[in-house]
Amino acid sequence: MPEQQDIILDVRNLQTHFFTDDGVSKAVDGVDFSLNRGETLGLVGESGCGKSITSLSILRLIASPPGKIVGGEILFKGQDLTKKSEADMRTIRGNEISMIFQEPMTSLNPVYSVGEQIAEVLRLHQNMGRKEAWDKAVDMLRLVGIPSPEKRATQEPHELSGGMRQRVMIAMALACRPEILIADEPTTALDVTIQAQILELMKKLQVEMGMSIIMITHDLGVVAETCDRVAVMYAGKVVEYTTAQNLFANPRHPYTVGLMNSLPRLDEDVEELQAIKGNVPSPFNMPVGCRFAPRCPHATELCNTKLPELLAYADGSKVRCWMYTSEWDGDTKTATEVGV
Amino acid sequence: MFVYIIRRLLQMIPVLLGVILVVFLIMQMVPGDPAVLLAGEGASAETIAKMRTQLGLDQPIMVQYAQYVFNVFQGDLGTSLRSNLPVWDEIMARLPATIELALASIFVTVVLGMIAGIVSATKQYSAADITIMVIALLGVSLPSFWLGLSLIYTFSVKLQLFPVAGWGTWKHMILPAITLGTAGAAIVARMTRSSMLDVVRQDYIRTAKAKGLRETVIIYKHALKNALIPIITVVGLQFGFLLGGTVLVESVFAINGLGRLIVDAIRMRDLPVVQGGVLIASIIFVFVNLLVDVLYRYFNKRIDLN
Repeated sequence: MPEQQDIILDVRNLQTHFFTDDGVSKAVDGVDFSLNRGETLGLVGESGCGKSITSLSILRLIASPPGKIVGGEILFKGQDLTKKSEADMRTIRGNEISMIFQEPMTSLNPVYSVGEQIAEVLRLHQNMGRKEAWDKAVDMLRLVGIPSPEKRATQEPHELSGGMRQRVMIAMALACRPEILIADEPTTALDVTIQAQILELMKKLQVEMGMSIIMITHDLGVVAETCDRVAVMYAGKVVEYTTAQNLFANPRHPYTVGLMNSLPRLDEDVEELQAIKGNVPSPFNMPVGCRFAPRCPHATELCNTKLPELLAYADGSKVRCWMYTSEWDGDTKTATEVGV
Repeated sequence: MFVYIIRRLLQMIPVLLGVILVVFLIMQMVPGDPAVLLAGEGASAETIAKMRTQLGLDQPIMVQYAQYVFNVFQGDLGTSLRSNLPVWDEIMARLPATIELALASIFVTVVLGMIAGIVSATKQYSAADITIMVIALLGVSLPSFWLGLSLIYTFSVKLQLFPVAGWGTWKHMILPAITLGTAGAAIVARMTRSSMLDVVRQDYIRTAKAKGLRETVIIYKHALKNALIPIITVVGLQFGFLLGGTVLVESVFAINGLGRLIVDAIRMRDLPVVQGGVLIASIIFVFVNLLVDVLYRYFNKRIDLN
C-alpha cells in the first residue's frame, strides 16, 4: 500500500440516510475507502447500492431534507468535509473536487452556450474577467478534443452530440485543474465507440494534470480499463476493497464472485447467463446480518444474524465476509483466514 | 428571427380579416334595424329608407363587408351614432388610459406573481410557501368587482390613501392595477412555483451546484430562465383575460377607458363604436400573442420557429 501522505481523500465509515415518510432509508451505511494522488479508484456495484449517493455526499450535494450525512468522516487533504461550512464547500466544489455525471444530454443547462457554462466556473473560482475566462473556456474545449472550439463555444448544448456534451462536461470539470474528479457513470449513456474515446481522454488528462479520479460504474469492463483500485459496494456498504488486478484474479466476497460470474463471456459457449439470484434488499428494511446473506450461496446462521466487519488483509485489501474469519462455520474449503 | 417576425406579421392579415368578419357580423346579428334605431322612434318610412341608403344597408351583405374592410384598412371605423364623431377618434381618446391600466396590471401580475412563486418554490412546504399558496387560491377565486369595491372601501374611503375613482396620476393607478392584476398574479405564482420546482430537480441544476455556485445564482441564473417558458404562456393568456377585465374594472373605478366606452356604447346601441372597440382590442391581443411567441424563441433557442 502507498505511504500515508499520498492519500488525498479518506472516507471512513460514511453513513448517509434519507428520512422519509416511509421510514429511514439507509442508502449509504458504512463506506470506507481511500484515494491516493494520481490514482483511479473504481466504485462498483449495481443500481441502488449507494455509489452515487456516496459521491454526492463527498461534495455535500445531498438534498437536505430528506438526506443527511449521519456519521463518518470524509477527509480531504486531512480536513473533514462533513464539518465544513456551506461557503467553504462552495470553494471546493468545481475547483478542488469536480464531478461529471451520467447524463450528458441533461447535465448541461439548455439555455446557455457551452462556452459560457465553462467560463462561469473560471470566473467564479479563478477570478478571471469575462474575456480571459472565455478564452480559457475555448482552450479547454480544444484540450478535450472538440473541433473548431471557437465556434462550438458559442453553441448551446442541443446543437452538440452526446459524446460532445460529455467532453464539454469534462472541460467544465477540469477547467480549474481539480485534484479529484468524480466521474459518475461517465460513459453509461454513450455509444460503445464513444465510450472508449471518453475513457481514453480522461486517462490522458489525468496524466497531464496529475489528478485523482473516482470512477463510479457498474461496468466491470470500465473498471478493468481504467482503475487502479476498486471498492465494491452492496446495499450501502463496501464489501470488498482491493486492487483492480486482485479483483479480477482473486475475487473474495461472494457478491464480487457473483458479479464476475454474471459477465457474459465470449470465449465460452454458455447457454444461460449466471445471474445473482434474488433482489437487492430494500434500504428501508435491511437484513440484520450480512446484507448479502439472503442471496449468498454460502450463507450460514452466523451470516443471517450478525453483520461482518470490514476486515483488512496485510496487503491493504479488505473484505466484509464471515468466510474469511476464524468464526466461520460453513463448509467452503477455499476460505482463507484474514490476517488481521 | 427577423424573417420569422415578418412572416408572422403577414400571417396576421387573414387573422385580422377573420376578426373583422366576426365584428362585422355582430352588426348583422343584433335584433332590430340599425336604420330604425338611428332614425329614432316614430320616424317616417322615407327617413328610414334614406338612413338605410346613407349607411349602405341597402347593399348586398358581401358588398357591405367589403366596404367595411376597405374602410377599416383606411383607419375609418365609421361614425359614432351617439356623438357623430369618428369612431377612430373616440377610441384613440380612450385607449391610452386602458393601455396604462393594462400595463400596470400586467406588471402586478408578472412581478408579484413571479416573486411569490419563486419564494414558494425555494421554500417548499414552509410557512411562507403555504401562506402564499392560500393567498393565491383566494386571489384566483375573488371576483374582481368585489375586490375592487373592497379595496376602494378600505384604502380610499377608510384610510384615504388613494383616490376613490378616476385616472391621471400614479395614485389613481394602484388600486385598479391591483384589482385587475391579482387574479393573474395568483395564477402566475402557482405556475412559477410548479415550473421552478420542476426545473430545480433537473440534472443541470445539480451540475450548477457541483460547480460551486451560490444558491441565488443557481435560482436566478440557471433555474429561472428555464422555468420562464410555461410562465410566459400563462402571462400571454392572462393578457387576454386582462383586456376583458378592463371593462369591469374601468366601470368600478370610473376610468374613461376603452372598456367603459364599449360598455356605454352597448347600452346606447352605438354599434359602430362597439365594432371598433372590439376590433382594436382584438388587434392588440393578436400582437401580444406574437410578442409571446417571440419571447419563447428568445428564452428557449431549442424552439425552432421555422
